[in-house]
Amino acid sequence: MLLVIDWPLIIEKLVLIIIVVMASLGIAMYTTFAERKVAAVLQDRRGPNRAGPFGILQPVADGLKLFFKEEIIPNFSSKFLFILGPSLAMLTAIMTGAVVPWGDKITLFDREISLQIADVNVGILYVFAVVSMGVYGIMIGSWASNNKYSLMGGLRAASQIISYELPMGLSLIALLFVTGNLSLKEMVLQQQAGLWNIVYQPLGFLIFLICAFAECNRTPFDLPEAENELIGGYHTEYSSMKLGFYLFSEYINMFVSSVIMSTLFFGGYDIPFVNEANYDPNWMALFGVLALMAKAVCFIFLFMWVRWTIPRFRYDQLMNLGWRVLIPLALFNMLLTGALVLLKENNWHF
Amino acid sequence: MSITEILFWILSALALGCAIMVVASKSPVYSILYLIGVFFAISGHYILLNAQFLAIVNIIVYAGAIMVLFLFVVMLMNLNAESEPQKNRYLQFAGLISGGCLFLVLVSAIARSESAGNLIQVGGGGSGLIKNLGMVLFNEYVIPFEISSVLFLSAMIGAVVIGKKN
Repeated sequence: MLLVIDWPLIIEKLVLIIIVVMASLGIAMYTTFAERKVAAVLQDRRGPNRAGPFGILQPVADGLKLFFKEEIIPNFSSKFLFILGPSLAMLTAIMTGAVVPWGDKITLFDREISLQIADVNVGILYVFAVVSMGVYGIMIGSWASNNKYSLMGGLRAASQIISYELPMGLSLIALLFVTGNLSLKEMVLQQQAGLWNIVYQPLGFLIFLICAFAECNRTPFDLPEAENELIGGYHTEYSSMKLGFYLFSEYINMFVSSVIMSTLFFGGYDIPFVNEANYDPNWMALFGVLALMAKAVCFIFLFMWVRWTIPRFRYDQLMNLGWRVLIPLALFNMLLTGALVLLKENNWHF
Repeated sequence: MSITEILFWILSALALGCAIMVVASKSPVYSILYLIGVFFAISGHYILLNAQFLAIVNIIVYAGAIMVLFLFVVMLMNLNAESEPQKNRYLQFAGLISGGCLFLVLVSAIARSESAGNLIQVGGGGSGLIKNLGMVLFNEYVIPFEISSVLFLSAMIGAVVIGKKN
């Protein structure tokens, strides 16, 4: 018996995967440029402006520089794990894009194509699983470097990510009480029909936002690479494109978590104040993608704004914030949401 | 062969190969990495059985949390093949016998169970979907479920108490 394979479906998904991966890489590339420009604006200087008009070719130059740098693998490191570290960091950063609904359906060549790679019915848990895998890239790389500063950075990253996963999960549980659904696509459709989830879950969103900062190792939570204590943190020994992978994966994580936050709390590809059903669906799908990107860009700007405004936490402050403030707050939010949902189900009677 | 069958064989080979490497590899760090591979292969099997919730939770809890802690401890203790104390030969022998006994019990238990014939229903039924799972857990088995959660809570408090001792 020969294999029965739905070739058009496979080709369609393959094209979608390539577009999503390339787009995340391209956006991450220009996020590095935007970060330097935003930093420049906040510090009242010009920023990179030499390569091309307005310095627009700067990320290309940076990438080329990283490619042509000498590649050094320390003698006492375990070579396989040393290479595995940045590869895993990159892989887990890109994997989340698989369940994000980038837009509505479009119709091409008489085929309805959903702008989502996989509509998994446990989508949000998948995101959470990938986030929890993200720590391996840093841990393995830091251990394989065989360097005390790297190991310190790796351990800091691991404990920080594990600690902040808990309030993140608790705030997601409260969100699930409201939506009653784990599929990201269904969540967007619900928000399109009704109000955005931010209205129901303002506190949950705040907790999720803080945890997203911590999970991406961004300032004020960038202790794993605190350069004035740990040299370069977990990537002290890395050079050339392997270092580039680590730096790049941080920007991809930032982009993906911005998209996830837009999808969960800000309506995803929903265009506010516009009834999509009244217009041509193909154009509306396209504009939906643009709306999602616009929301994501706002979040990316927030990430940068915070980075260049707020100084780094001390390590004990970081742990106190996670365990003594965010977890009780998230638990409170969860209980409150649960009580309100229960009351609503009983038509506001006790 | 259908795609599910091909996937089943690939995942089985992956799970068994990784499981053997967990025992065979010299460095504990590599053992842990292979164990993570085993968990992923098993999650793949869960997906083939249409139990997506179980698959993802298996990855979140085992591969994402427990294995990170394993890795954490191994990295801090910096175990190496050279510095590891050589085990007593009698101990190795005892380990072999006890492991073999466990294997025998497991094989016989699986072989004699009534559902041995219909263990594998690839992609069949929605019993693993989160909706049905929740219904069963919170209707039929609500008391055992709550008791086990209290057990977890007490274990957590116990860990905090031990940690606070000094």
